[in-house]
Amino acid sequence: MTTVHIDRSIDARGTPCPGPLMSLIGAIRECEVGQVIEVISSDEGSKTDIPAWLEKAGHEIVEIVEEEAFARFIVRKAR
Amino acid sequence: MTRGSAGQKSLPGQAKGPLPGPTGVGTLGSDRDSRGCEMDDSALSLVLFSGTDDRLDAAAVLTAGAAALGRRVDILLQYWALDAFRSDRIAEPHGLSPEAGIAGAEAYERLGGQHWSDVLRQAKEVGEVGIHACSRSMEMFGLKVADLDPLVDDEHGIASFIMDASGPVTFI
Repeated sequence: MTTVHIDRSIDARGTPCPGPLMSLIGAIRECEVGQVIEVISSDEGSKTDIPAWLEKAGHEIVEIVEEEAFARFIVRKAR
Repeated sequence: MTRGSAGQKSLPGQAKGPLPGPTGVGTLGSDRDSRGCEMDDSALSLVLFSGTDDRLDAAAVLTAGAAALGRRVDILLQYWALDAFRSDRIAEPHGLSPEAGIAGAEAYERLGGQHWSDVLRQAKEVGEVGIHACSRSMEMFGLKVADLDPLVDDEHGIASFIMDASGPVTFI
């Protein structure tokens, strides 16, 4: 588990695709460069969608923590 | 909720510039823009015919995904899909496709999540999404753009939509 300071956490569990990704995009737009956002998602599609979007958009995946029924995506706004 | 370029019409064959985003400034062709993603040259063109919630939801999700990854999306609303975008009806239930059946309808209800109109609103916030009313269907229903939800940018003839569409058109 990461020890990085999380500036904003979004609990998107129970929200189907593309809700968690869209919530992350909204948070990225509102945060400052360097801030860390956590998205908690139970949507299986997030495991491919969120890394794909981060790569395209140029932000950093700090860590992906897989829990039993959901995953935590720790993301740093890079630009 | 704001109307983007309501009432504007593109001329057939008119070069398409960037769509006005929430900031009023288009970004097509720019590098990773303020909305978060590098724009992609390959556009997605959708024709929505069906006005059922499941098909509109599928189209909205497709639109949001494409917009999030930087692809421009143009949507033409025809027939029953256009009817579902009337401002006084958009929030009402529009039923499901016949193939859903009882079990499918229950599964759709369990899925939950945002209404398709909210997914489209988010898609327009993060990317280049134009939603156009088919002028033929508008005439059939006796509608004006002002009768439609502000998600709808303008009214298009079929020729201008096809001429502007780059690549295949997906019919839903």
